[in-house]
Amino acid sequence: MTMAPETTDLQVQLRLAEGWFTVCDLHRLAPGRGVAALLPDGRQVALFRDREDRLYGIDNRDPFTGAPVLARGLTGTADGRPFVASPLLKQRFDLETGGCLDDPSVSVPAYRVRKWAV
Amino acid sequence: MSTTAPVGERPRPTIVLVGHGMVGQRFLEALAERGLTATHRVVVLCEEPRPAYDRVQLTSYFAGRTPEELSLTDREFLAEHGIELYVGDAAETIDRTARTVTAASGRVFAYDALVLATGSYPFVPPVPRKDAEGCFVYRTIEDLLAIEAYAKSRATTGAVVGGGLLGLEAAGALKGLGLRAHIVEFAPRLMPVQVDDGGGAALRRTIEEMGLTVHTGVGTQEIVIGTDGAVSGMRLSDGSELATDMVVFSAGVRPRDQLARACGLAVGERGGITVDEQCRTVTDPHVFAIGECALAADGRVYGLVAPGYEQAQTAAAALAADRTEQLAFTGADLSTKLKLLGVDVASFGDAHGATEDCLDVVYSDSRAGLYKKLVVGRDGTLLGGILVGDAEAYGTLRALTGSVPPVSPESLVLPAGADPGAQLGPSALPDDAIVCSCHNVSKGTIRGAVTEHRCTTVPEVKKCTKAGTGCGSCVKALGQLVTAELEASGVEVDKGLCGCFAQTREELYEIVLALRVTSYRELLDGHGREGARGGDGCEVCKPAVGSIIASLAPTIGASGYVLDGEQAALQDTNDHFLANLQKNGSYSVVPRIPGGEIAPEKLIVIGEIARDFGLYTKITGGQRIDMFGARVEQLPVIWSRLVAAGFESGHAYGKSLRTVKSCVGRTWCRYGVQDSVRMAIDLELRYRGLRSPHKLKSAVSGCARECAEAQSKDFGVIATSNGWNLYIGGNGGATPRHADLLAQDLSDAELIRLIDRFLMFYIRTADRLERTSTWLERIPGGLDHVRDVVVHDALGICAELEELMAAHVAHYRDEWAETLDDPEKLARFVSFVNAPDTPDPVVAFVPERDQMKPDLPLLAIGRRPLEDALEGSTPR
Ligand code: SRM
Ligand SMILES: Cc1cc2nc3c(=O)[nH]c(=O)nc-3n(C[C@H](O)[C@H](O)[C@H](O)COP(=O)(O)OP(=O)(O)OC[C@H]3O[C@@H](n4cnc5c(N)ncnc54)[C@H](O)[C@@H]3O)c2cc1C
Ligand code: SF4
Ligand code: FES
Repeated sequence: MTMAPETTDLQVQLRLAEGWFTVCDLHRLAPGRGVAALLPDGRQVALFRDREDRLYGIDNRDPFTGAPVLARGLTGTADGRPFVASPLLKQRFDLETGGCLDDPSVSVPAYRVRKWAV
Repeated sequence: MSTTAPVGERPRPTIVLVGHGMVGQRFLEALAERGLTATHRVVVLCEEPRPAYDRVQLTSYFAGRTPEELSLTDREFLAEHGIELYVGDAAETIDRTARTVTAASGRVFAYDALVLATGSYPFVPPVPRKDAEGCFVYRTIEDLLAIEAYAKSRATTGAVVGGGLLGLEAAGALKGLGLRAHIVEFAPRLMPVQVDDGGGAALRRTIEEMGLTVHTGVGTQEIVIGTDGAVSGMRLSDGSELATDMVVFSAGVRPRDQLARACGLAVGERGGITVDEQCRTVTDPHVFAIGECALAADGRVYGLVAPGYEQAQTAAAALAADRTEQLAFTGADLSTKLKLLGVDVASFGDAHGATEDCLDVVYSDSRAGLYKKLVVGRDGTLLGGILVGDAEAYGTLRALTGSVPPVSPESLVLPAGADPGAQLGPSALPDDAIVCSCHNVSKGTIRGAVTEHRCTTVPEVKKCTKAGTGCGSCVKALGQLVTAELEASGVEVDKGLCGCFAQTREELYEIVLALRVTSYRELLDGHGREGARGGDGCEVCKPAVGSIIASLAPTIGASGYVLDGEQAALQDTNDHFLANLQKNGSYSVVPRIPGGEIAPEKLIVIGEIARDFGLYTKITGGQRIDMFGARVEQLPVIWSRLVAAGFESGHAYGKSLRTVKSCVGRTWCRYGVQDSVRMAIDLELRYRGLRSPHKLKSAVSGCARECAEAQSKDFGVIATSNGWNLYIGGNGGATPRHADLLAQDLSDAELIRLIDRFLMFYIRTADRLERTSTWLERIPGGLDHVRDVVVHDALGICAELEELMAAHVAHYRDEWAETLDDPEKLARFVSFVNAPDTPDPVVAFVPERDQMKPDLPLLAIGRRPLEDALEGSTPR
């Protein structure tokens, strides 16, 4: 097995109104899993990394239950769209748009995320 | 850009709509459906600063829905039909002789037909200082924005005047904004219009349990203000003063009929523009009124959206009179359901039993907060009812109203399970029953959407029929109908595990075992469906494959540790944090207590840990102790203390062995014939950590009196004077099943060998999330086949099954001890990746009975059909 060179200087950044906000080192995101991050204004964002190393960010709050848990859901691909399934009641959310795949009238805010060498 | 047509010059007949609310928008759609937008100029005056939006779902703004998402209007629709919409421009006067409307902007529009859809305004009781700073109403998006801003900047307590449907919604919103919320209701109970005293009492208990304070039977006498002129409290009719920083009036609505009054149109004594069955005003054939501003031909003003929609259709049909059928609005149903998380309240039809000679059927359980009442006619016709605490049956009952239900009314109100034979689903409904009353969609139409329009999912049916897009209360019934219809039409059901794999779980197990596949990606890329290869899989197959790999780990050479490498990404959140996720995002901790036997020293350790971390403790139904309310970052600290005291993971989170319960047995009990405690401990230690298609439970009883309830377990053991009887396929839970006797009078070694084989055979052949009970009933040959395979070795696989189990037993390691040893894994146990020391502020608790319970944000969109799934499953 070859080990991917672990470049700790790659950072995950999130686009906020004020500009790019650095969240953490890239290696803190395991492919296929999420982590939660706290924004300066108290909001929470769920960040994900897929197997192709693409990054996504959506609001962490599950609108169906009110609990901030979306970062802890399982991710996957449905019809080519990346999604996370809420760990509580299992509704799926599109990682790029924040739209709920199981109830089109519901969505959560989505963020732009990038890898950034510092 | 359209310009206002000068008065007197009319190229096309003009319809002017005043009010772009929910009903106004529906009216525009009805015009378009009937082709009237092609033949008429359509002008809309919209007073609010935004076009029509979903007022019914207004409160969902606080659950994160943006005003844009609430919008009901799309620009394309307006453009396509050439509708002129003037946003932020209210109609000011109507000149019925000249047939013109003058708007606030000064624009003048000539009309051939004028439609008033001005809705209602919130009624504010005339109490002194009702307009003080800090007083609000609850009707528009602008109202909500103002309430939110005030609550966030200067309030900690809020009071709602009015304990009706909207008042409760508003109070929930205040609570959700972090305020201490009070509800002040003049009537002796909450929701006085919809529920009776019994229902009110059950509802009050539930609301109070959510942390809201309820004051009933008291009026508001005046608003008290502080030196800054802003609200500081309110004086109540019993003389007391309630301190509060803001007041939201929700004391009912009144029709907005001023415009109509001013131009001489007849209005009712208590308001509302008087119209006939075609929604035409009785005064002027050129003027119509629809929605909440109209006093319908049956003498009522309807405050719900469904009747308004029907009126919109009726008025449009009247305008198209020469081309389409005539409709008549003669009255409507007043069924309602509360849209707040956690409170199930519904009322439908003749809820108060106003019909002459009617009878009640009531089921009430005050402790559980349950109250259900059905009103039935002498001939057995269901007339209406009230459901509090459990409104499961609302969709079906509402649709059955007016007919004689196919089962007795008693069985319809009894709690689920009390009379399983009589459970009544929407499939029992006749085709003409209205399933969605917001959009008046019948069961027949929904079936047609599946059979003729080829819809296969609820979202498709929603799009096709509009059913379920109003208040949402019928969505559950929709789901059941769609499934039933698909099954009935014999749609070729894909047996594949999910959208990623065409194989069943059993087939995947064989592939993993035969080809020694140790990674999910390898399995997906090599054996997944075409379109799924190279993708990220899905939430269904990831844990299922993770479980297969974990069950076979020692044999195929994979790591048996579920958080290792790629394995970690496959686990459900519970397995990923080695704890059970609770409704507020906190976790529960369940250490293993084999056989339910625990020494005092260990009990003390659990007590100390629970005390030190403030955890809620409870003895579980599985003879052990659950500690609730731990935050993610507390889990490792808690577990390091547990592990140090000799505890290990209880796998309460895993699809794996849970508990082996025991009775005290021969050692103490005068009847016991074997040492049931020792056997239970041996079995629990042998099979702990074994990943399986679903959870596994067991019990050992020391004699036939069966105090350990072994016959309700996946594998149950009962002592005989000659040894042990082994039972398999028992189940408690939703569909209880008594276990079947597999073999009798076994020695210790024989017993264990048989269980080894049985478990491994089940793990190999069961579907995902299939308990042994359903598995046993499903597999061809049933119990006899299983006996042939595991007792008589008919397939010649018993040696292999035993080896697989021996490998599991030899390689077992405690997951928590392993995790504590690995700093990289421990780093995941934080609430926030960028603030590891900050606990999640949303996870909060309030005291209850000397311990604590989650403090839930009342406000969320609420439960939707997906929750019906059993643990971990997704009904797709
Ligand atoms: C804690 C406990 C209730 C209690 O306070 O006593 C409990 C709690 C839960 N049960 Fe249970 N069950 C508990 C004993 C039982 C029992 C009694 C028993 O084991 O003797 C049963 C009936 C026996 C059976 O399973 O056949 C039981 C039948 C269920 C079912 C229905 C299973 C079925 O086949 O129908 C579910 C749902 C599921 O598994 O899909 C369930 C699911 C759950 C879940 C996991 C629901 C969830 O996904 O959040 C609960 C999580 C607990 C947690 O967070 O720690 N629980 N549950 C009990 C834990 C026992 C333990 O020590 O491990
Ligand atoms: C919080 C809340 C929850 C609700 N929940 C439910 C529910 O669960 N189920 C249910 O059936 N109903 C519910 N309702 C009621 C439902 O919203 C109304 O029945 C529905 O909106 C009525 O539609 P309408 O078009 O008649 O009135 P509205 O939607 O109020 O629209 C009237 C519009 O006309 C405008 N207008 C008034 N005068 C003028 C003028 N002179 N010129 C131009 N425009 C004017 C107003 O500004 C308004 O925008 C709820 C209401 C609220 C506030
Ligand atoms: S099952 Fe028999 S041995 Fe066990 S406690 Fe009950 S009576 Fe005693
Ligand atoms: S009944 Fe309201 S959406 Fe169907």
